[in-house]
Amino acid sequence: MSVRTPLPRWVDVALLPALNVILAFLIGGLIVLAVGQNPLQAVGIMIGGAFGYGLGFGYTLYYTTDFIFAGLAVSLAYHAGMFNIGPEGQAYVGGLGVILVALALNGLHWSLMFPLMIVAGALFGAFWAFIPGVLQAKRGSHIVITTILFNFIAVSLMSYIITRILKPEGVQSDESAPIDAISRIPRLGEFIGLFGRSPVNLTFILAILALGFVYWLVWHSKFGYAMRALGHNPTATRYAGISSSRMIMITMALAGALAAMVAVNNVGSVQGRLILNFVNGAGFVGVAVAFMGKAHPIGVALSALLFGALYQGGQELAFSMPGITKEMIVTIQALVILFTGAMGDMLRIPLERLFARGATESGT
Amino acid sequence: MTTVNTPSQGLETASASTPAIELRGINKHFGPVHANRDIDLVIRRGTVHGIVGENGAGKSTLMSILYGFYTADSGDIFVNGTKQNITDSRHALALGIGMVHQHFMLVENFTVLENIVLGAEDSAFLRPTLAKARAQLKQLATDYGLEVSPDAIIEDLSVGQQQRVEILKALYRGADILILDEPTGVLTPAEADHLFRILRTLRDEGKTVILITHKLREIMAITDEVSVMRQGAMVKTLETSKTSPTELAEAMVGRRVLLRVEKGPASPGKVMLEVKNLVVADDFGIPRVKDVSFSVRAGEIVGIAGVSGNGQSELLESITGMRDQTAGTVFLNGQPLSLDGDDGAARARAAGLAHVPEDRIRMGLITAFEEWENTILGYQDSYGSGPGLSIAKAKATAKEYIAKFDIRPSNPELKTANFSGGNQQKIVLAREMERDPDVLVIGQPTRGVDIGAIEFIHNEIIKMRDEGKAILLVSVELDEIRSLSDRIIVIFDGQIVGEADPATADEGALGLLMAGVTEQGHSPGPGTLPDHVTPIERNLTEMSPKDNSAKDVSP
Repeated sequence: MSVRTPLPRWVDVALLPALNVILAFLIGGLIVLAVGQNPLQAVGIMIGGAFGYGLGFGYTLYYTTDFIFAGLAVSLAYHAGMFNIGPEGQAYVGGLGVILVALALNGLHWSLMFPLMIVAGALFGAFWAFIPGVLQAKRGSHIVITTILFNFIAVSLMSYIITRILKPEGVQSDESAPIDAISRIPRLGEFIGLFGRSPVNLTFILAILALGFVYWLVWHSKFGYAMRALGHNPTATRYAGISSSRMIMITMALAGALAAMVAVNNVGSVQGRLILNFVNGAGFVGVAVAFMGKAHPIGVALSALLFGALYQGGQELAFSMPGITKEMIVTIQALVILFTGAMGDMLRIPLERLFARGATESGT
Repeated sequence: MTTVNTPSQGLETASASTPAIELRGINKHFGPVHANRDIDLVIRRGTVHGIVGENGAGKSTLMSILYGFYTADSGDIFVNGTKQNITDSRHALALGIGMVHQHFMLVENFTVLENIVLGAEDSAFLRPTLAKARAQLKQLATDYGLEVSPDAIIEDLSVGQQQRVEILKALYRGADILILDEPTGVLTPAEADHLFRILRTLRDEGKTVILITHKLREIMAITDEVSVMRQGAMVKTLETSKTSPTELAEAMVGRRVLLRVEKGPASPGKVMLEVKNLVVADDFGIPRVKDVSFSVRAGEIVGIAGVSGNGQSELLESITGMRDQTAGTVFLNGQPLSLDGDDGAARARAAGLAHVPEDRIRMGLITAFEEWENTILGYQDSYGSGPGLSIAKAKATAKEYIAKFDIRPSNPELKTANFSGGNQQKIVLAREMERDPDVLVIGQPTRGVDIGAIEFIHNEIIKMRDEGKAILLVSVELDEIRSLSDRIIVIFDGQIVGEADPATADEGALGLLMAGVTEQGHSPGPGTLPDHVTPIERNLTEMSPKDNSAKDVSP
């Protein structure tokens, strides 16, 4: 009896996001035009910079790795009905775990160090997400509020730890001591020449595995079943004898662990040290990635790639076209987030009308 | 606004023989669904006209077209003999058509008077409107026997009184034709009787009443004419005095149905479920179940009768581990059941208690899940060893239940929201009944379920009893409680106020108990039915179509 007819699946998963991105670029193009630059040239540079050559593509994949983990951290919690805005802080605190284990065992071969850094980072990140989980489960504090606040707490806490405790004597910049080269996760460029000296590293493989793991967990495990039940209908979840407080705490911890892999990518490999504010907004981009990807691993992978390309292409653009400032690139990125995330359903109703009309016309 | 006759003008111009409403060739599509097909309907002035049909028969759609919620794809509407194109509900009201919805549209913390003038204020200042309304209300109250204190706050009123406010609201706006959508669903038998008296008065005063219901008993008791709808089409219109519930039920379903629950005598065994001194509070901490104790034996059905909101929901929820208990113990098979924490339902299930919840959409199903996923809700941990979920095994179970309970459409991968109410209920029933529980707790087994499915569901419940299961039944349908139960417990204000044998219980006495009147008298209370010529006819009338046994009479 519903008056609105749902969209065909391909429209929902492919056409709608594509239209949103195109719309964002059209408006971005107008802005570029307004400052007297050629938008087509700008798009060409962005695409070329992101995918056109090995080094650039490597950078794109490096950013993509971050966004996949942050996106999964949001997606996983979303399936359990929670809006985790905290990957930023969870990744930041995860970095502490990574650097602590790396510095404690500095000099260990990376093949042993890599799993240790994953575990230590995951534990720290999980802990940082677990606290809001407990507060939600036991005290009813809303997860959106607590995870946002925990981002701020993480910033203050980590600033203190980095500048006052981890920063070695005689170093000017705010960062920890470096990890030995042998202990750092190797770049993909060491195995595949194409990527050159780009920062994409073995953590990218971990990200692909994480996508598969999340898919299995959500749709093929008992835990995922309970998680989705909770996300759709908490009352029926209690009816089913599933403890929602337990589910909330475990799911948040898992989300935090996923977010912490951003730190493995950065601290454990590229930087080889813990730098102040190293997450640099990747956690927040994860929220947009998760929404654009409809919290599905394939969607998350594709939208993470899009944002990775935007980051890398944008830097290339700022370099090649001095008329387009860094701020303008942030504006274009923000437009994509705005159109795919916040206003992602703007075109839904016109499309529904269009397809409903098409259906009745072919029906009569 | 176009030129619209006021109701009084309409009355003057229309001669007595002009029908109040005439519909010709009404069609309405919702996407691929043909909700109303070529409906012709004549509603004579000054009558109570019943419209019956199963869920999805198109009754509500038709009335929504008449009330201006929807526009018909084709067809004509004549009000008092004049062709009208009703654009919205304001327009319908201007034509003198008023509607009393199933779910009341009242502002809970406003007074009766404020609710009545809401949206019909005729000046920017409230005071003169209220003063005028007060006088008019007094007149309406004396004319139609609709006494409600104008200064009472809505939330302090009983459901029956709130309904009277809704009727007053429509009359205040000049309604001449009154549409009531399932008006008795929330009323006690006494309140329903009061409503019928009001409707008779309205009719005698020249108003036209359209009554949408699925209870044949009400049709027989109050209407002058009745129209039967099935699958979007108008089957026939009959004079109530010349038809019978059997004939109506047959016309509704399209095949013969037996209006009786067939069950043998119970043979109760040992006590399976025992509740001792149970105290349960609602979400706001207000006690709703107050020191309740009772027991259910193997092989018997115990029905809990009561007007909804008297603690039966909280009672069911606490027994099945969905709500924390303040005090008291539940024993299952002699063993105390620990229901603490938010996973108490899992322990109740493990101990052999199955639960068909009152509100399947909110509690018993996850409508966004595919059908097979709901087949294992609550039993998900037994599918697959280790952390993985054995989807193949779950789908096999789903297919088995679909075949056994004739769940349609027979596609386990279809989203549960796309199943009809009756089929959703079957999904829940199959899941809970097929696990071979010792105790089955069922709330509202046939709420929103079609006649055909009701027959089946009742039969399955009886079958469970005959297999020696202990069954606790809660329903707001007194008829259902009476025809299924072997023992009736009456609950009022969270306390058990009486027990009755369904074979001998008098509906009037039960109705009084449900209303909290504990003195047992034999005076014909307000819950009694109108007189009928033969005992058989009376018997048939008492049976609503909700109490069917499974067997069709084979031709």
